[in-house]
Amino acid sequence: MESYSAASLASASHLIMSRARFSLLNNVMAEEELPGVLILDIGGTHGVLEDLAALLKKHFHLITMKEFLGNREEMSKKIQSVFVFECRPTIDRELLESLPNLKVIGNSGVGVDHLDLKMISSFGVKVTNTPHAVADPTADIGMALMLASARRLVEGCQVAVSPDTKYFAVDWLGVEVTRATLGIIGMGSIGYKVAQRARAFNMKILYHNRNRRRKEEEEAVGAHYCAKMEDLLQQSDFVMLVVNLTPETHKLIGKKELGLMKPTATLINISRGAVIDQEALVEALQNKVIRAAALDVTYPEPLPRDHPLLNLNNVIITPHIGTATVQAIRMMAEEAIANILAVLNGQPIPSEVFPK
Amino acid sequence: MAWTRASGTSGMEGQELPYVLVDSIGEKVGVYKDHVGFLKKRFNLITMKEYLENKTVLSKKIRAIYMWYHKPAINEELLQSLPNLKVVASSGVGIDHLDVKLLSSYGVKVANTPFVVSTDTADMGMALLLASSRRVVEGHQMAVSPDTEYFPADWLGVEVSGATLGIVGMGTIGYKVAERAKAFEMKILYHNRSQRKKEEENAVGAVYCKKIDDLLQQSDFVLLAVNLTPQTHKLIGKRELELMKPTATLINISRGLVVDQDALVEALQNKVIKAAALDVTYPEPLPRDHPLLKLKNVLITPHIGSATTKTRWVMMEEMAESIEAGLAGLPVPREVLP
Repeated sequence: MESYSAASLASASHLIMSRARFSLLNNVMAEEELPGVLILDIGGTHGVLEDLAALLKKHFHLITMKEFLGNREEMSKKIQSVFVFECRPTIDRELLESLPNLKVIGNSGVGVDHLDLKMISSFGVKVTNTPHAVADPTADIGMALMLASARRLVEGCQVAVSPDTKYFAVDWLGVEVTRATLGIIGMGSIGYKVAQRARAFNMKILYHNRNRRRKEEEEAVGAHYCAKMEDLLQQSDFVMLVVNLTPETHKLIGKKELGLMKPTATLINISRGAVIDQEALVEALQNKVIRAAALDVTYPEPLPRDHPLLNLNNVIITPHIGTATVQAIRMMAEEAIANILAVLNGQPIPSEVFPK
Repeated sequence: MAWTRASGTSGMEGQELPYVLVDSIGEKVGVYKDHVGFLKKRFNLITMKEYLENKTVLSKKIRAIYMWYHKPAINEELLQSLPNLKVVASSGVGIDHLDVKLLSSYGVKVANTPFVVSTDTADMGMALLLASSRRVVEGHQMAVSPDTEYFPADWLGVEVSGATLGIVGMGTIGYKVAERAKAFEMKILYHNRSQRKKEEENAVGAVYCKKIDDLLQQSDFVLLAVNLTPQTHKLIGKRELELMKPTATLINISRGLVVDQDALVEALQNKVIKAAALDVTYPEPLPRDHPLLKLKNVLITPHIGSATTKTRWVMMEEMAESIEAGLAGLPVPREVLP
């Protein structure tokens, strides 16, 4: 075994120390040289979650809205991307004009109806979303809402814990899910995953989509194409909306469509609130034109506290939690990071969204 | 006491329809009003009230009991006063509320409705699993609460897709749960008295855990789908709960007594497990001051595993069929042997 002289040890440790110092300096420099990404805030009511901020910081120099506004001159040039989390910060013309080096809006989530794609594009800025991370949890919430509504789960919980409950009534019934007919409007990634799940419940699956899926895809989930949405509405026990919000799908479900549905049918919305004519829905539910509704999305969110939808006992509303799982939130951030990096590094972009 | 002719009808050849005892008709616990038409074509339905008012005549006529949701309760006294009782048809699959041996000693056959409840109950298991993991009930309360001003970003549930589901009791219902869970790409473990055939396991991707401990230690969701027997009484107690992950959820669609409820309360209060979702408790309903009713991480539903219009209709038809067969001296469909 070699012995080390005190001197050589001292010089070795000096080298290690200065290497450490160099590395530290490098890190400090490196952090500031990382591409600047604008976010609304870290934590707080609408800010990026702390864990996600830590993830982002591995690749980017995070600049909060507050920091940006407090030092516009310097910060504006550093910002190459905006990470939009839960639709914030709002991307308007004024912001775009003040960020000369902005290359990409990296959205967390798949819906981009809150972004003016044409306007953003006119600034030469790209937009990306996160279609892969959202698919499973959103399909799961669709199934959760369908089952909860059919089996009157929320009402049931209330009965089970109510101080007034003395016994459980045996004539308290819900409707079957197994072997019922599910009509999926919008058979993209999420809609298809819903079909995969529903098939395991022996449900008969109808779907309506801009384009028909390939035969093998249809057969894999036992889905029947309805070229006319009316056919789907008339035959379904459960109608699930899984479209994205565009001018074409705005108020896709209105009085006429609700009137076509069975009086025993349930409407489930996991797309966007504005896909439904909400007033028509309230009327349909009050007059028992349809049996029930289960909505993860409304317009606006939250609804005003005096909105009639909040008081109907055949409505379940959840606070837009389609992707609200620990795992999904993280995966969305990772997907957004990958998209942003691809744009900044001039590589193929996994999920770019183009204006129509 | 005035003797009143029991409201009965006669069959085609002037023969009286068989007399069948029920608890009551309509109201919250009786035979469903819209089932009565079907039943009265086949039987003379005698309510408990009518029977008690006219015991001397009716006690000899009653040959079957239509037991709808555990009523009327059958005890030795009742058995002794119904000398011609031949069949008891019980709704649902559970028969833990019946002393089949005792009934058999009086020469009475028992029938239940085991298979018709399977899909609804499996659906309910999935409904509870999804509602619990994604916090649907809490979410709804937030969405409609007068105090809600915005939806917080850090309000999260846990993923179902890709998680591990441990099914304790892989009978008809347990297997149907596995079929459904597979479509969510869940990893499925199961514990059962006996291992299922390989093809059955492969069809749902289920892995057998001979020791329940292995299942408990690896599962994100533990679902109980056993029947209640002396062997499964308090199957899940303090020890079993401690073997579970602190991030795990317990789902019970079997019987309240399969779980040691006091141990469950403690485990939930001390965050030994994350949450519970129970369609069944002991008793039902729980006393209104029971700690389970106050815990935030507990979902309780009022034993609605088979509570759908279609299933209850089929149950009724099956019970009628079992009674008719038993009274005709034919093999009783869905007979429960002592």
